[in-house]
Amino acid sequence: MNAWHRFLRNPLGVLSALVLLVVIGAALAAPLLTDARPDAAVLRDAFGAARDGHPLGFDSAGRDIFSRLVHGARNTLGGAVLALAVAVALGIPAGLLAGYAGRWFDAVSSWLVNLVMALPAMIVLLASRAVLGPTVWALMIILGVLAAPSFFRLVRGIVVNVRGELYLDAARVAGLPAWRIITRHVLVVVRAPIIIQLALVAGVALGLQAGLEFIGVGSSGSLPTWGAMLNEGFQYVQRAPRLMLWPGLALGLTSAALVLLASALRDALEDRATGPRQARRRLPADVRPARLDGEPRAALLSVRSLAVSYRLPDGSEREVVHDVDLDVEPGRIVGLVGESGSGKTQTAFSILGILPEGGRVSGGSITVDGTEVVGLGARDWRRLRTSVVAYVPQEPMSNLDPSFTIGSQLIEPIRAAGVSRAAARQRAADLLRAVEIRDPDRVLRSYPHQISGGMAQRVLIAAAMAGDPRLLIADEPTTALDVTVQAEILALLRRLQRERGLGVLLVTHNLGVVADLCDTVAVMRQGRIVETGPVAEVLGAPRHDYTRSLVDAVLDELPLTESR
Amino acid sequence: MTTSPLLRLDRVRVNFPGKGWRAAPTEVLKGVDLVVEAGQTHGLVGESGSGKTTIGRAVLGLVPVAAGTIHLDGSPIHALTSRRRRALSRDLQVIFQDPYTSLNPARPVGDTLAEPLYGQGQRPREARQRVAGLLERVGLPAGAMDRLPREFSGGQRQRIAIARALAIGPRLIVCDEPVSALDLTTQRTVLDLLQEIQRDTGVAYLFISHDLAVVRHISHVVSVIRHGEIVESGTAEQVTAEPKHPYTRRLLLSAPVADPQRQRLRRAAYEREFAGERS
Repeated sequence: MNAWHRFLRNPLGVLSALVLLVVIGAALAAPLLTDARPDAAVLRDAFGAARDGHPLGFDSAGRDIFSRLVHGARNTLGGAVLALAVAVALGIPAGLLAGYAGRWFDAVSSWLVNLVMALPAMIVLLASRAVLGPTVWALMIILGVLAAPSFFRLVRGIVVNVRGELYLDAARVAGLPAWRIITRHVLVVVRAPIIIQLALVAGVALGLQAGLEFIGVGSSGSLPTWGAMLNEGFQYVQRAPRLMLWPGLALGLTSAALVLLASALRDALEDRATGPRQARRRLPADVRPARLDGEPRAALLSVRSLAVSYRLPDGSEREVVHDVDLDVEPGRIVGLVGESGSGKTQTAFSILGILPEGGRVSGGSITVDGTEVVGLGARDWRRLRTSVVAYVPQEPMSNLDPSFTIGSQLIEPIRAAGVSRAAARQRAADLLRAVEIRDPDRVLRSYPHQISGGMAQRVLIAAAMAGDPRLLIADEPTTALDVTVQAEILALLRRLQRERGLGVLLVTHNLGVVADLCDTVAVMRQGRIVETGPVAEVLGAPRHDYTRSLVDAVLDELPLTESR
Repeated sequence: MTTSPLLRLDRVRVNFPGKGWRAAPTEVLKGVDLVVEAGQTHGLVGESGSGKTTIGRAVLGLVPVAAGTIHLDGSPIHALTSRRRRALSRDLQVIFQDPYTSLNPARPVGDTLAEPLYGQGQRPREARQRVAGLLERVGLPAGAMDRLPREFSGGQRQRIAIARALAIGPRLIVCDEPVSALDLTTQRTVLDLLQEIQRDTGVAYLFISHDLAVVRHISHVVSVIRHGEIVESGTAEQVTAEPKHPYTRRLLLSAPVADPQRQRLRRAAYEREFAGERS
């Protein structure tokens, strides 16, 4: 579904677009809509009621309100468009250049933009009016200059983000000149935010302009604008409130339509679906019971006929993990291998009760240390996760909060169990020592960016050990690490497992890691386990075709001799 | 008669500016020598932060060279004007690691592939025909050109990136970890494709990877880089079977093999030789 279709499905967006189209249409077609001239005053008609040809009646000077409204729309909207055009013409090219080329132009233009943004818009406009006289167009140009920074900063920010993208490097290597890279690659990225910003700034320009007119510093009296009409109507607000009603309504509707349009465009262009909200209210469907007639269940972790389903935007469900059986005995390491999308991480997440939004266990049974965890309440889950089952994630760096020290991230969960601050700190240092960190006090004081990836993974393993778990779920724990660091982490996992009698479920795609660490291995493909068995058997003599293709895909072994 | 190699790096140094005002620059490459012969693959192995990617970027002109020289086919390319650099794209192309960010997500695949052709001044009609041919070459249907990158799997995207690199028939492609984001089976097919293309077109690769098994599989010559310096260089067979430098041996021993018995030996050797050392 493309952005256009998404937009059409948003009733508020469509409605506001219609309102704007009507307003713009009326402004453009003003001379066709009414014969009455906006400045033809007939004193006899002052405050006159509506009558044939004059659908909204007359104002204090006997001028046709409808005619002033539609002709006023031309000036009001025209002013906003002028301001917008100036802002766009200044802000977007400068932002592109500053973001893409950087260096001195970026420094100078950013400095100028900060200066402009520090100026109070209303006061600058009032001062300019005093200097330039009552010309609404000149004021709108100045307003455009004042609004240009909002485009500049938006565009520059996005361009700085994409400047480092590999596809821009690829375009450079492909021999494209800079202007071509900007028009072909960079403009596409900033297009959507610019459209949204346009609608927002148009609303602001409209409001500021009407405000100026209302306090009487805009155009000289003859030019009809909505702000001027409000100003005139305000003088007779007691006698004829409808004089304010019509321009107020026009202004309010247009501004509201612009804001709503901007948010509808944002939803459509940035693909923020509004669908799942209805779906969430639906009660979870049943969990299909497990078949328990096969192998006897393992004491530590036992999974039987597990199914995991995800809710689709249309409310239906799609099963991504089917009929998975898995056992981990205490003190054993079980590998779960498969390629991306095979469902291995989904299986691990359902054992931990941390399936992402929209996913749920739709069938089967999982027992951890004898407790059935499918359908477990949040509080029981928490208790289980702090004391029985622990988790080591794939990306060590993204699992540490960059704005807190390692110490506070390790100590906080320990303290939550009612331990004193000093004791918790001591315990955290002990945990770090247990994962072979030589200088625990320094690491406790460090922020995540100050330590290496391997160190971060040690910290996360230490955190996982905090509750003395008996089962460890490790999801690709070494994939993001260098091989030499991987070897150290694997050795650490092996040692912890041996010393503490941990059961480990190791999710990985690397058959070498499986060979190094695991006792048994389960091979997953397209949400099903296709083969299970002792590692030497499965890797040495695979029975299933898929396992064989995996083993065959391993590149020729390095001919290095281990002894020397 | 001595012919000059296709690509030659002599004492190449690259600095990154330090963070903060007047901070000292960090030296990323500390005098790298490297030679890629025409039609061959030179594998470059190193861990994160070793500077292996920076070598590739220096060759491509994406980072400035502080000292030393880079020659392509005997002519210097380390300090070119942007116009001369653009002309160089005819001979020098790139395949990046991440097939997800190396293709512009907002543009159809055909546009991305035609880009280098436009860069060489081809007309849209010819370009489109050439793009269809390229897609076929890397095993994708010609209809793929009207679709967006997100409609393709990782392996397919990497094929698209390969097609882009091949578009103008370059003589050298810098491959920066081209298969490390891919699944094992996909990895194998992409490596096969690269080798096949080399056989057919005689293109040379500077193949950068952290994975010794992959580098050994595809390379004629292998160099090992650590902390911005080449520690060992030789034929693929020699470097991976009888490494001279202890760091190379350590890299080799720490990569686990998919055979439990063999891996037990390897782990024992690793622990015997490198126990207590930290990278």
